Amino acid sequence: MTLTKALTGLALSAFLMGTAAFAGEIVINSDQSDPTPKKAMEELIADFQVKYPDITVKWNNFDHEGYKAAIRNFLTADPPDVAAWYAGNRMEPFVKAGLFEDVSDVWAANGLDDQLKSAASSMTIDGKKWGVPYTYYQWGIYYRKDLFEQNGITPPKNWAELLAASEKLKAAGIAPFAIGTKALWPTAGWFDYLDLRVNGYEFHMDLTAGKIPYTDPRVKAVFEKWAELVKPGYFIENHAAIDWQDAIPQMVQGKAAMYLMGNFAVATMKDGGLTEDQIGFMQFPEITAGIPMSEDAPTDTFHIPAGAKNKEDAKVFLAYLASPEAQAKMNATLGQLPVNNQSAKPTDTFLEAGFTMLSNAHALAQFYDRDAPAEMAKAGMEGFQEFMVKPDDLDRILERLEKIRAKVYK
Amino acid sequence: MPHNPQPAGFWKRNQMKIAPYVFLAPGAVMFLIYVLIPIVQSIWISFQDWDGLGPKTWVGLANYVELLDDDTFYVALKNNLIWLGLYLLAIPMGLAAALFLNQNVWGIRLYKSLFFFPFVISQVVVGLMFTWFYAPDFGLFSQLIKWLTGSEVAILADERYVTYGIIVAGLWPQTAYCMILYLTGLNNLNFEQIEAARMDNARGWRLLRHVILPQLAPATFIAMVVTVIGALRSFDLVSIMTAGGPYGSSQVLSYFMYEQALSEYGYRMGYGAAIAVVLFLIMMVFITLFIVRMIAQERNR
Repeated sequence: MTLTKALTGLALSAFLMGTAAFAGEIVINSDQSDPTPKKAMEELIADFQVKYPDITVKWNNFDHEGYKAAIRNFLTADPPDVAAWYAGNRMEPFVKAGLFEDVSDVWAANGLDDQLKSAASSMTIDGKKWGVPYTYYQWGIYYRKDLFEQNGITPPKNWAELLAASEKLKAAGIAPFAIGTKALWPTAGWFDYLDLRVNGYEFHMDLTAGKIPYTDPRVKAVFEKWAELVKPGYFIENHAAIDWQDAIPQMVQGKAAMYLMGNFAVATMKDGGLTEDQIGFMQFPEITAGIPMSEDAPTDTFHIPAGAKNKEDAKVFLAYLASPEAQAKMNATLGQLPVNNQSAKPTDTFLEAGFTMLSNAHALAQFYDRDAPAEMAKAGMEGFQEFMVKPDDLDRILERLEKIRAKVYK
Repeated sequence: MPHNPQPAGFWKRNQMKIAPYVFLAPGAVMFLIYVLIPIVQSIWISFQDWDGLGPKTWVGLANYVELLDDDTFYVALKNNLIWLGLYLLAIPMGLAAALFLNQNVWGIRLYKSLFFFPFVISQVVVGLMFTWFYAPDFGLFSQLIKWLTGSEVAILADERYVTYGIIVAGLWPQTAYCMILYLTGLNNLNFEQIEAARMDNARGWRLLRHVILPQLAPATFIAMVVTVIGALRSFDLVSIMTAGGPYGSSQVLSYFMYEQALSEYGYRMGYGAAIAVVLFLIMMVFITLFIVRMIAQERNR
């Protein structure tokens, strides 16, 4: 009896999965596998269901790392109606392969060009919008307030002050900067900010778009600034052996004072035992005077696959996701910033600082590994890591990057 | 039994001839689908420029030309050679462990299990354990080095040592594997021969070299095969311990292939396939040698 039941159930579910999603149902694929993002997503879907009770949402949550491979399969084999992905160059391969739907009409109909202005350029390819951004977070220097006070340091506003502060800390036996470069990407934060401050956003975008050779003297100038921190040993030792989280204990133990990171690092620092009063946040200081301040703010997005079965309702979902209320609530849970500028301001100290900083930013970069094509990003970040270990080999490293640039952007 | 006047059916007449093929068929079909066809496909893809999603474009030998101009390829190739050379140490080490454990002492079974243990645990776990072992600040090994020399060395972050560090991790389970092969070999020794050798006053090293080792030749052969192939397809440890870093200096061909073809930063299927073909050709050299030897042995029997 139980067997028959089980078999019927099996047959039924196979039948349900086999048939096309009927009208009024949307399938969402996303990668919110960590507890907090998962909760935010659950809330979003619940609220959406309350507002649109006739649309059923079926949500497939993927493992964060596995998703990057899975999306390539399901976009062609079994496209959902809505899929999570990232802005900037990361979505370009899918757009170029015709796998994402143009959603410019959703933007136009809901006034998003205005409300999501800060992320508009990173969602645009060939003059069309290819998805809806719902969250981002700021990057900047997080520092130990108490260590700064003990050593009589005020948060540096420009490069000279940053060097002076580093020298003071180093003399006091504290490594000025924590970093873990095993996973490579933390190095890209440094490159992005140094380039944004030395040469500015427009140059940085041209570089990541492959229009400028890596052997250009302006690129070299960026590394020369970087060398001013690397050569005196202002970064913690053995950073190539550890992940970014493994460098946090050094900050907690007072062995390191600053960390250029995304806002997610605050949670790890607090878990490590630092109190909110001990952590300070500052914008990356000015280097070339007069260059408008641009920031890194990686943006997460939702898209409609070109093969989606229920595009009508998927667009309703994207419009809801873009609304100020939905974004405010979702990001309150996520501990990140809403992209919609009509959303209520976050209450968290660090987020508020980030919100103000990003609202006044000249422009937002997506982070090196999202702005540059994947292959270039990988080679570039390896080069950055090598430079941080062997700063004297700069010319050789830049020549290698230039060779790869010539290959990638042909 | 009644006599059957009808002529025997096709099956009856050819049973003896067909039966072996019927038995072989499932295996042959699997081999075709899962091994031969993919190999041909890989070679085919290696002549294409393909991101796994869009259309393929035929580029001829361009992927191979690019590979020859790729610095990472030479780093990976060099590391593969180092792997190949040092990984073979697992064979004498395994033999030593087997000889040591091949005695009847109380509790020897426990020791055998302990020695065999690293082979049972997953390579991923081995990789993690050694990563912590080498970790600067809290790793046992780096503490030891600090105590001995006064300065710390981060093995996995130093391009000079990183490959050796990973190979040491790999030798641990591989030695256990070779040890088991030798232990079974030692169980099958011909004791009459050993007795005879003893009578002729052969002891210690000479006994081992001239009497025992020749008898262990089949075990040595298998140990050689699995170790060489293991060295060439070393992937898990590199992936877990360094992901090819720092800055690509611990890269090996199999990880390089994965990175180019399947990782987040790659999806260059054609290029990855070209690396796979090169790795396949290198492996073919060894596999051919082994097969030739095996056939020769079977003929002699």
